[in-house]
Amino acid sequence: MMRGVSKRIGSIKFACLSPEEIRKMSATKIITADTYDDDGFPIDMGLMDPHLGVIEPGLRCKTCGHKVDECPGHFGNIDLAMPVIHVGYVKEIKKLLQSTCRSCGRLLLTEEQAKEYMASMDQVEDLGGDSIELRDMAKITAKDAAARMICPHCGADQLKITLDKPTTFREDGHKLTPKEVRERLERIPDQDLDPLGISPKSCRPEWMILTALPVPPVTVRPSITLESGDRSEDDLTHKLVDVLRINQRLRENRDAGAPQLIVEDLWELLQYHVTTYFDNQTSGIPPARHRSGRPLKTLVQRLKGKEGRFRSNLSGKRVNFSARTVISPDPGLSINEVGVPEEAARELTVPVNATKANIEQLKIMVKRGPTPKMENYLPGVNYVIRPDGRRIRVTEKNAETVAETLEPNFIVERHLQEGDVVLFNRQPSLHRMSMMAHTVRVMPGKTFRLNLCVCPPYNADFDGDEMNLHVLQSEEARAEAIILMKVQEHIMSPRFGGPIIGAIHDHITGTFLLTYRDTRFDKGQALQIMAKISNIQLPEATIKDKSGKQYWTGKQLFSLILPKDLRQTFKSSICQKCNVCKKEACENDAYVRIKNGQLLSGTIDERAIGSFKGRILDKISRDYGSDMSREFLDNVTRMAIGAIMVKGFTTGIDDEDIPEEAKRQIDAMLTDSIDKVDRLVAAYHNGELEQMPGRSMEETLEVMVMQELGKARDSAGQTAGQHLGIENSAVQMARSGARGSMLNLSQMAGCIGQQAVRGERLSRGYHKRTLPHFEKGNLGAKAKGFVINSYKSGLTPTEFFFHSMGGREGLVDTAVRTSRSGYMQRRLINALEDLKLKQDGTVRNTADSIIQFQYGEDGVDPTRSVNSKAIDIDDILYEVLGDEADLLAKVEDKKMGGYATVEKDLMETFDEDAEETAEEPEFESGGEE
Amino acid sequence: MIFIVEAPQFNVLEHNLVPEHRLLTKEEAQKVLAKLRVTKDQLPKIRRSDSCVRLIEDIRGQPIDEGSVIEIKRNSETAEVAVAYRLVIRG
Repeated sequence: MMRGVSKRIGSIKFACLSPEEIRKMSATKIITADTYDDDGFPIDMGLMDPHLGVIEPGLRCKTCGHKVDECPGHFGNIDLAMPVIHVGYVKEIKKLLQSTCRSCGRLLLTEEQAKEYMASMDQVEDLGGDSIELRDMAKITAKDAAARMICPHCGADQLKITLDKPTTFREDGHKLTPKEVRERLERIPDQDLDPLGISPKSCRPEWMILTALPVPPVTVRPSITLESGDRSEDDLTHKLVDVLRINQRLRENRDAGAPQLIVEDLWELLQYHVTTYFDNQTSGIPPARHRSGRPLKTLVQRLKGKEGRFRSNLSGKRVNFSARTVISPDPGLSINEVGVPEEAARELTVPVNATKANIEQLKIMVKRGPTPKMENYLPGVNYVIRPDGRRIRVTEKNAETVAETLEPNFIVERHLQEGDVVLFNRQPSLHRMSMMAHTVRVMPGKTFRLNLCVCPPYNADFDGDEMNLHVLQSEEARAEAIILMKVQEHIMSPRFGGPIIGAIHDHITGTFLLTYRDTRFDKGQALQIMAKISNIQLPEATIKDKSGKQYWTGKQLFSLILPKDLRQTFKSSICQKCNVCKKEACENDAYVRIKNGQLLSGTIDERAIGSFKGRILDKISRDYGSDMSREFLDNVTRMAIGAIMVKGFTTGIDDEDIPEEAKRQIDAMLTDSIDKVDRLVAAYHNGELEQMPGRSMEETLEVMVMQELGKARDSAGQTAGQHLGIENSAVQMARSGARGSMLNLSQMAGCIGQQAVRGERLSRGYHKRTLPHFEKGNLGAKAKGFVINSYKSGLTPTEFFFHSMGGREGLVDTAVRTSRSGYMQRRLINALEDLKLKQDGTVRNTADSIIQFQYGEDGVDPTRSVNSKAIDIDDILYEVLGDEADLLAKVEDKKMGGYATVEKDLMETFDEDAEETAEEPEFESGGEE
Repeated sequence: MIFIVEAPQFNVLEHNLVPEHRLLTKEEAQKVLAKLRVTKDQLPKIRRSDSCVRLIEDIRGQPIDEGSVIEIKRNSETAEVAVAYRLVIRG
C-alpha cells in the first residue's frame, strides 16, 4: 500500500472555459444525435463515441488506451450553430452590458474614476478583504458606471438594458440576440475589466456566451443495461441528444436560408435546451421532463442540496470496515469496552504487517482460515495482501497453502480480536462524545454490548437503538484514538465542567440501597456484592451480634472502591434542604462525608455518582486522572448491581397505594378547591373580583383559578406523599434521582391536575366551551381541563380528552424543537468547522485570520474547568484547611448553590424535557424544581 | 417640532453595554501586530461606519484612516477584561 503525499495542491483557481479550450480538450466532435447503431455499437461522433472513455469492462479507450477505472474519460464537444447564453452567467452579462458603452465597448467611467475604484479595491484586498467583499465592490463600480447615460470616451448615448428572465436581453424593448450580446462583450477592452472584478486572463466576457458546448465523458453519464436487455441512458445524455437535434435543425434551416422567424424559433429552442442542460430548475421556464413525466436531473441538480454531490458524496461518505447493529446493555463490561458479536468480528478486519517477529503467529492465524470452528473465538484471516498489492482471498481450502507462502512484508487482514481499538458512534452526532474509542470484546449474540454508564454521552437507550462501529486501520489512527478518543478521556464534558459519564437508573438505586442509613450484610451477602470486583479484600467486620455472627455495613463495602486518600463532603440528592443542616446527625442520612477513603456518613445517590451531577466522580476524575475514574466507574457499576441483586428491587402499581382515609382527604380537598374556583367565577360574574395590576378581569380570574388549582394539586400530592415512605421503591427511585420525580408519583397517587395548552387553561374546541358536555361560558375547573383523578384511579372520558389535548402539545413541541435545533446545529457547524486553536492561544480560521485573541477570552479549556470556572477555590481551601468546621459549612452552602446551576445547562434541560414529554407527558404549569 | 441634529445626541460609548473603544497610534498598532505576530489583514475588522468609530472620529476632530487599529476592552464573564483589536475598513 502506498502512503504519504505524492503531490501537494498549492492552489486552486476557477475560471471560464474559452471556446478554444473547449475544442482543444475535446477528444472528438459530436455531430449526430444517435447513440448506438442497430448492432448495439456506439456510433462514431455520437454521444457514446468510444473516444469519450470506457464504461464496459474489457474494452479499451480509443483515446488513451486504458481500461475501465484506469481511463478517467475524455471530454467531447458540440459546435453550436448559433451562440447561446450560459444561464449561470446572465447576471454577470447583464452587469457588463449595462456598465459598458454600446458603441465603443469602454467602461462608462473616466480613466480617473476607474483608477480610483481600482485603488480602493486594492486597499480592501490589502486589509484582508475576502472575495465576497471584492465582489460587492465590483458591483458598486458597475452600478455607478451603469448610471451614466453618455459614454465619456466616445460620447454615444446609452440605452437602457433589461433582462427578461431567464436569458433574454432587451435594449429599450428591442430583443438582443445572443450574437449581438457576444459582439458587444467582445468589444470590451481588457483594461476595463479589472475595475469590474473580472480578470481578463482567466475570463474574457464573450466566453460567457457559448459557441461550443463541452460534452462530459461517458464515465460521468454511464448508460445502464436493464435486465430486458434494453439500454437506459443517463439524464445528461438525454438532454445532450435534445441539444444536438435542435442544433442540427437550426444549422440546416439557417444554411438553407429559411425565414428569419423559423430560425429565431429554433434558436430560442436551442437556448431552452442548453439552459435546462445546465439547470433544470431555472425559474421562468418549464423544467424538461422525461417521457414518464419526471423532471430530468441535469448538472446543477447533481450538485445541489442534501442529495447533491457536495452534501452526500463529499461532506459525507460511505466507508468500509464498519458495522451497525442493535445495542444492548452489559454491566460486566468496562466503560472503555464494547461487545462485538462474533459474526461481525469475523467480517471486520485489521491489517497486520508481517515481520520476522510475528510471522509465526500470523501463519497460525492464516491457517485458521476465514471461518475457524472452535469452542472459543480466535481470530482468523480473510485476506492476505502480497507486497505487489495483490489480494489473496483466504478460503478454508487454500488456508494451509497461503499460510506457507506467507513472508515478511505481506499484510494480513485478520479478524477482530479482544483489545482492538474501534470507534463507536450513535447518531445524531451532536457533540464529540457521540463518537468515542472503545476496545473490543468479542462475544456471542447479535448485538453490540456497552456499559450503561456510557448511555448519557451517546444519549442511547435499548428500545431498539442501533449504533455504528468503525475499525481503525493504521497504527497512527489507533494511537490517536487511544490518546484522544477513549471513553475514559471523555468522562468530563466540555459542555459544562462536570462528568457526563456516570451511573444511571439501577446503579443509583443500587448504591442507594447499599448505603442508605444502617444497612448490614452477612459474609455471604458481602462477598456476593464484592464478587465481580477485582483487587479488593473483605475488610474486618464492623458489627458482631450476640451469637458472634459478623456483619458488614453498606458504607464500609462502598468505601472499598474509593481511592484510599479521598476526602470529600457534600449533600446527597435525598437532602431535604432543611434551614439548619444537622450534618452527620441528618435523619435522612443526606450528609455525605468521606475521609481517608472511608464513607463515614451519608447516602451515595445521584449527587455522588450520577452522570451530570456525580460529585465523587467529579472529584476522582479531576484529582486522580482518567484511569482511576474508569476503574471507579467500572467498580461502581459492578457493586451497584451486586447490591441491588442482594437486596432485591421491584416496583409496581401498588407502590402508589394510599389508605382510604388519605383518598377521602384528597377528595375533600379537591372538592373544596373546585368550590373555591366556582366562587371565584361567581365573583367574576358579579364584578366583585379585585382586579390585578396590569391584567384584565378575565386574566385576573384565570391567574387566580390557576393558582388555586395548582395549590390543590400540590396539596393532593403532599397528602399522598405522606403515605409513601422512603421504604417505597417508587419513592426510593424518585428521591435518589434514579428515575422519576415526586411529581410523577403524586400524579399517580394523588391528582393529575390542570391541563394546559400554551400555558393557559384549555379553552378551544366548541363555541365558548371545550366540549359539548358543559354549558356555554362555563369557567369552572372541570369544564376547562382540571383533571381530578390520578393516573391510578383512572380518568373520566372528558378528563381523558383534556389530557390528550395537553399531551398533543408536548409531542408537537418536541417534533418542532428537534427539527429546528438540528438545522441550527448544521448552520453552526458550517460556520465554525474551520476554526482552530493555535499554539499561541488565539483562535484562527484557515485563512489564519484571528477570530478570538484568547480562546474563550480566558484561554480555559471548559472540559477541565470546574463548572466553567477556571479554578475551584473552595476545593483548594478544603485541601489546605482540612477540617475547619465553620469554614467548611460556609464553603458548602456556596457550593450547593453553584452546583444547582449545572442543571440549568441549556442542552441538558432540553434533553430532559424531551424525554419527559415523550415518555410521561405532564403539562402542568409549575413542575418540581 | 423639528430637531436639527448636528452632533450625535447620545454618546454610545457611554452606554454600559458598549465596551471601551480606543484608537491606537501607528506605533502602538505596530507594537500590537508585532506582539501578536500577525499582519493587519489577519485582524478582525470594524467598519468605518460603525457608530463607535464615527464617534471617536468626532471626538478627535479628524477622520480615522482605513487600516488604523482600534483597541476594544470588554468586560468578560470568563476573564475579567478581554482585550481585542480591530482593523478599520471601509464601509
